[in-house]
Amino acid sequence: MTAVDDKPTSTTSQIGASRKRKEDRHLITGRTTWVDNMMLPGMVHLAILRSPMAHAKIASIDVSGARTAPGVLGAWSGRDFADVQGDLPCAWPVTPDMVNPGAPSLAVDQVNFAGDAVAVVAARTKGEAVDALEEIDVDYEPLPAVLDLEAALADGADLVHESAGTNKSYTWELDSAAAGSGGSVEDAARDAEVTVKRRFIQQRLSPGFMEPRSVVVQPADEAVTIWSSTQIPHILRTMLGLTLGIPEHKVRVIAPDVGGGFGGKITITPEEVIATLVARALGRPAKYTESRSESMSAAHHGRGQIQDLTITATRDGKVTGLDVHLIADMGAYLRLLTPGVPVLGAFMFPGIYKFPAYRFRCDGVFTTKVPTDAYRGAGRPEATFGIERIMDELAAELDMDPLELRRKNWITHEEFPFTTVAGLTYDSGNYEAATDKALALAGWDELKAEQARRRESNDPIQLGLGISTFTEMCGLAPSRVLGSLDYGAGGWESASVRVLPTGKVEVVTGISPHGQGHVTGFSQIVADRLGVPFEDVEIIHGDTESSPKGLDTYGSRSLTVGGVAVVQAVDKVIEKARRIAAHMLEADEADLEYADGTFSVVGAPGSSVPFGDIAFAVFSAHDLPDGMEPSLNSEATYDPGNFSFPHGTHLCAVEVDTETGHVAIRTYACVDDIGTPINPMLIDGQVHGGLAQGIAQALFEEAVYDDAGNLVTGSFVDYTLPTAADLPTFHTDRTVTPSTDNPLGVKGVGEAGTIASTPAVVNAVVDALRPFGINDITMPCTPERVWRAIQDHTNGSQGAVR
Amino acid sequence: MTRISVQVDGVEYTDDVEPRTLLVHYLREQLGKTGTVVGCDTSNCGACTVHLDGSSVKSCTVLAVQADGQAVDTVEGLATDGELHPMQQAFTDCHSLQCGYCTPGMIMASIDLLKENPDPTEEEIRLGLEGNLCRCTGYQNIVRAVQQVAGGERS
Repeated sequence: MTAVDDKPTSTTSQIGASRKRKEDRHLITGRTTWVDNMMLPGMVHLAILRSPMAHAKIASIDVSGARTAPGVLGAWSGRDFADVQGDLPCAWPVTPDMVNPGAPSLAVDQVNFAGDAVAVVAARTKGEAVDALEEIDVDYEPLPAVLDLEAALADGADLVHESAGTNKSYTWELDSAAAGSGGSVEDAARDAEVTVKRRFIQQRLSPGFMEPRSVVVQPADEAVTIWSSTQIPHILRTMLGLTLGIPEHKVRVIAPDVGGGFGGKITITPEEVIATLVARALGRPAKYTESRSESMSAAHHGRGQIQDLTITATRDGKVTGLDVHLIADMGAYLRLLTPGVPVLGAFMFPGIYKFPAYRFRCDGVFTTKVPTDAYRGAGRPEATFGIERIMDELAAELDMDPLELRRKNWITHEEFPFTTVAGLTYDSGNYEAATDKALALAGWDELKAEQARRRESNDPIQLGLGISTFTEMCGLAPSRVLGSLDYGAGGWESASVRVLPTGKVEVVTGISPHGQGHVTGFSQIVADRLGVPFEDVEIIHGDTESSPKGLDTYGSRSLTVGGVAVVQAVDKVIEKARRIAAHMLEADEADLEYADGTFSVVGAPGSSVPFGDIAFAVFSAHDLPDGMEPSLNSEATYDPGNFSFPHGTHLCAVEVDTETGHVAIRTYACVDDIGTPINPMLIDGQVHGGLAQGIAQALFEEAVYDDAGNLVTGSFVDYTLPTAADLPTFHTDRTVTPSTDNPLGVKGVGEAGTIASTPAVVNAVVDALRPFGINDITMPCTPERVWRAIQDHTNGSQGAVR
Repeated sequence: MTRISVQVDGVEYTDDVEPRTLLVHYLREQLGKTGTVVGCDTSNCGACTVHLDGSSVKSCTVLAVQADGQAVDTVEGLATDGELHPMQQAFTDCHSLQCGYCTPGMIMASIDLLKENPDPTEEEIRLGLEGNLCRCTGYQNIVRAVQQVAGGERS
């Protein structure tokens, strides 16, 4: 629990204080700016007709009935927009020969997943628009659904995109022997004393942001203003301009209050393009807000991988090689980051361990399901799951304590910086310290003793203990590295500081928050660095007009990249102010010190000038140093030299009812090392939320398609988001190993909880069931799956339960 | 169209509504009271929770015509003279929101929970909030906010 520090107008020691959020007031009083709240004069409401089939040719489509329905101002099929809609952009062509069949916003001749948009109606009210969808006639000629990832790769498989001639989009490989970062897995396999192979399934997940996606487009001549519940207003501006041929300077994108993202709002959506096309066609503002069932079926999913892992080791527990083959489900189309998500994971499979040899191969496969794209952690949770699960399986094979195996193989504190077999250089970390603290926090020894007692007494409620030690790559930048991975954009971030005449400051950032509390965190950084009160800082974001330059919020990059840009911009202001202060005090710049918002002449008490006076002097501009422009404003763009690498140890104890299969979390304790903490209250909040999502993947959530390709988890009735009653109180703590790569020492926290928790929970469930001979349960570990596993193994069969 | 008279956050409104209009849509679209939001189609998420004659309801499960002659209280009416309701205060004190989308419904449900059970255990709070989904907070700090208000009322 974090004590909230609410002291007003403190200018010093802001960093590390749990300041209450500036963001909350309008959210707790209902004075919000969600996109769906917007009403504009003349606005029309859109409804989208979606494919009821997973895969079909559109033999004919007739929207004329809808055009004459009550209240309707227009109706369009994909064919009406075929020449102007372009393809949704994919910014990550991971290989030069990657197959990308194109992704139209409205399907033209063929639908490729259930939920694919085929027509749109604009009406005076949403109800009229939805009613008019009934009047559209579509004649579908069904094609075979393509659902199974391995079958899709087989010779003679039914094709999602006939024109592509294949269901394989790409194969991406990393081989440490070829890259020069390690040895060969073939050699490791030949010499291995122990080999463990496992197949793990990363089920598809719905991001489940609480605010359904919504977009409002206001056209004006050739320009458009777009309000969207997006994580990426800047990227959207550029990409939408390119997609629709609108000059970028005529596109303004505003992300007002955004109700959650988790990666689910990181893509350029078909709906944003469709709303823009309709608004321009009608010359009127147009609003589209999805229903929850549309969100489940047509907003992208996360995860979706088959992972085949082979680990080799010596009999005494030294890992010697890791061979990973992924089959990654792209879904029907490549959206903004679709192919890159598993590639990001490639760098994280070796985790915190010193593997001498590593190979990673990923096949990206098209299926007739909604596309996958980034979801909380994007590639790194999948990788961390794979490595942390197979380390437990290796430990079981070696009859070794899973923690002992980890200690034997992890990078020790003295070895940083450490270049991994995947080619990344981890700047700093202390896995020993985080682990020791987590063990104490969880009461691990007591839990172990209880587990032994329950096993001995054949208690129907067994206790399972799970460990996950992890690291991740945060701060998605450096542009140079992203370029080497064929990502289409950079990873820098921008900030500018505008100093107002009264000494208050407006800080413009290119990041675009959606719940993380950046306004508060950034205000703390500015207050601390500039020495002005926390309350005197305004953070401006999320509107490409007021904040024209940025790369937005994802990948825990906001603080590690955007926050550092803010520091650099503030430092430039201080340097300008120093020249003016020297002029005002008739002193030498070198004799000035700056503290608590005041420049003072060293050794001359009383000879000082506060920042506010300097700001006013610049505004009046009566007497500035010769040749100085009357402005204290500054701008900075920061491109880090490296990723950041938060790490931590997560421990989970579960109680498994062996008679019903029910799993309940008994204790969850984690120690995260995210570098220098800026606001512990916000950090705890991010960790809690991340844990809930990661635990949910382990126990509750799965986007399920039936054999015909229909999404059967199309609402919150069927798709189990955890409730307050499903989750325990988390025990969280921190160790601090500052990043050595940025001046704030920060590492990023947004994804840590999600990445680490899924394997911790599943390791705990498997640990509880290992006495039954069970070595895996496919996620989510529902009561039915756990119960069946116990039944099957009691009856003597083997293997993972699906 | 059916004529209804409803008191919303202390103000009387008389309006003609389509019989199929849900209370949440009446609040948002006809009255412009957009503090109450919609998160799902299935009455699972609780984002639209308001008080109908003092008891919490999901306003997507109530027709506007059913609210005729009754009082509806939303998150927008909780703060009086700029003074936050204790539950609003507790939500910000305890960092019980991140994106804030579930927050209006969560606050309204929490207030009603304490009215029914002024001294709940943690388990009772968790069970009491089962009808309201949050994707950001992992619920821990929401539970703390309810505990803070309950503790305040006890002392």
